Amino acid sequence: MSLDPTGMASAAGAVDDTGDRAAAPDGKAIEGRSPWLLGWQRLRRDRVAMISLGILVLIVLMAVLAPLATTITGHPPNEQYRQTGLSPDGLPLGPSSSFWMGTDDLGRDILVRVAYGARVSLLVGVVSTGIAVAIGVVVGLAAGFFGGFVDTVLARFIDVALTVPFLLVAIALVSITGPSLTITILVIGFFSWASVARIVRGQVLSLREREFVEAARSLGASDPRIMFVDILPNVLAPVIVYTTLLIPVVIVVEATLAYLGLGLPPPTADWGGMISDGQKYYTTAWWFIIFPGAALLLTTLAFNLFGDGVRDAFDPRADQLLQ
Amino acid sequence: MLRFLIRRTALGAVVLWLISMLVFALFFVAPGDVARTIAGRQATPETVALIQHRLGLDLPIWEQYLGFVGRALRGDLGYDYYHQVPVTTVIATAAPITLSLVVGAAIMWLALGVFNGVMSAIRPRSFVDRALTVFALFFYSMPSFLLGLLLLYFLYFQLTLAGIAVFPPGGFEPLSSGVGPWAQHLILPWLTLALVSAAIYTRLTRGSMLDVLGEDYIRTARSKGISERRVIVRHGLRSALTPVVTQFGIDVGALLGGAVITETVFSLPGIGKASIDALTQQNQPVIIATVLLASTAVVIANIIVDVMYAVLDPRVRLH
Repeated sequence: MSLDPTGMASAAGAVDDTGDRAAAPDGKAIEGRSPWLLGWQRLRRDRVAMISLGILVLIVLMAVLAPLATTITGHPPNEQYRQTGLSPDGLPLGPSSSFWMGTDDLGRDILVRVAYGARVSLLVGVVSTGIAVAIGVVVGLAAGFFGGFVDTVLARFIDVALTVPFLLVAIALVSITGPSLTITILVIGFFSWASVARIVRGQVLSLREREFVEAARSLGASDPRIMFVDILPNVLAPVIVYTTLLIPVVIVVEATLAYLGLGLPPPTADWGGMISDGQKYYTTAWWFIIFPGAALLLTTLAFNLFGDGVRDAFDPRADQLLQ
Repeated sequence: MLRFLIRRTALGAVVLWLISMLVFALFFVAPGDVARTIAGRQATPETVALIQHRLGLDLPIWEQYLGFVGRALRGDLGYDYYHQVPVTTVIATAAPITLSLVVGAAIMWLALGVFNGVMSAIRPRSFVDRALTVFALFFYSMPSFLLGLLLLYFLYFQLTLAGIAVFPPGGFEPLSSGVGPWAQHLILPWLTLALVSAAIYTRLTRGSMLDVLGEDYIRTARSKGISERRVIVRHGLRSALTPVVTQFGIDVGALLGGAVITETVFSLPGIGKASIDALTQQNQPVIIATVLLASTAVVIANIIVDVMYAVLDPRVRLH
């Protein structure tokens, strides 16, 4: 599995998928609007991206309101209904009026667990991505800005992080510390920053030669000030695009770790873990895989479609090519 | 060119050296007493100490590391803790399986991805383009273990139920038992890996094809009256493929170190499966070897990619 969605990022940046992109009827209307506002306006006109955003809002609501699923069905996420939730042979039960998405191998309500599972995926997706982007931006800024020896050393670290077989080392780390939410978040975060660093470094290399940096320096600005106040805002657009596209990748990685048995310790509901448990029953209980699988796929797909729209709206390259 | 190769090889060696130290340190601090596990529950402390001594685990970490590097450079990767066979044998047994999986899948995803990408680029924003975009993003968003399980459910289980037993549920048949059985066991794993990977190639090809088709020399080619097909394939695709080659090299390199998930879902005893098994058993020699093998594959793939880049695009100079 690749942790690098840049292939996609650089790939399709070229052309706008949204069709209608006429900025403003007359040049005047554009004046006074920040690039961010323009980007947001373009994004709002992108129907696919807006629908995806709507789905994402629903998924976030599902995670936040997961206890509501328990209230409605009357089934707590970890309650095992061994009498009513399993067949006489002890097999999972299919969807019914009391278990809308069926039950799992322990007689637990899959619907409730799917709702609770959204919490894990979203939390890991957002927090790990945040860590990765923060590290990547700082390392990339430092490598690109200082150059020379600092760059040489940091570039080797970037190489190591991009070369090391992530999944194997992640599994090793998790097996050393024992599975937990914190360790999952940290491991994924610490192994996903390299691509961000590479993108930022490349941008900073050219930005630091520009006049505004020279101007800031002649005004007596310190290095950190030039890096974070003058240069950083100029690399934010690709970083934001990359961030939206990194979240679904991280969610898949989290689910994959869980699938390999290294997710959160049971009985925490986790989509990847549920699919892993369901694998043993895939010939007898399709609902055990299909519902958590559908939730996972819907989430990553919505993030990717939304990220695609964000890129079209904010990537400056897409702008140039349209003219 | 030669200087470039030497420089890149040296840099690659540095990266591998850093990774070897990282991995060694990582597994050295791993809990779980291997000697005790091997000795069994009833073993006396003396037996455990003896096993520790035999495996060299009683030496300080730096001595163990130097010993490992010294032997590794001579092609000796140590012994599998549990099966008493050289690690090189373990890898040699698993490698053909991973190779069969990756090569077959790579051909499929490259063909599928490039074809769809060109189809998309010929008529941007058309229905075909949009449909292919959705197709690509759908599989790009799909975790490979989920796709593998879905393929097993529909193409193995449901088909077999319907009396059409085409696909086996998993396992591997070596090429020596015939191309038919070999391919039959690999079609579903190939599809899994190919569909998940093809998306990136579709988008890459589409993006770079659109860039290239806007270039002046394409207009020149068209105005000379060359057929559209020829313009697209001969003139457009050739230079549009450069980013695809980069991605291809990196992906194949990464997968040669083991397609962990696909091998696990379809119980293919390749390098990925071997490394996962070794991880659960704390079988350090095998883990270290597979991690280093995977890293080496990526390093070499990156060098090859850069060389290919210069070959495909005369404007690129290596330095």
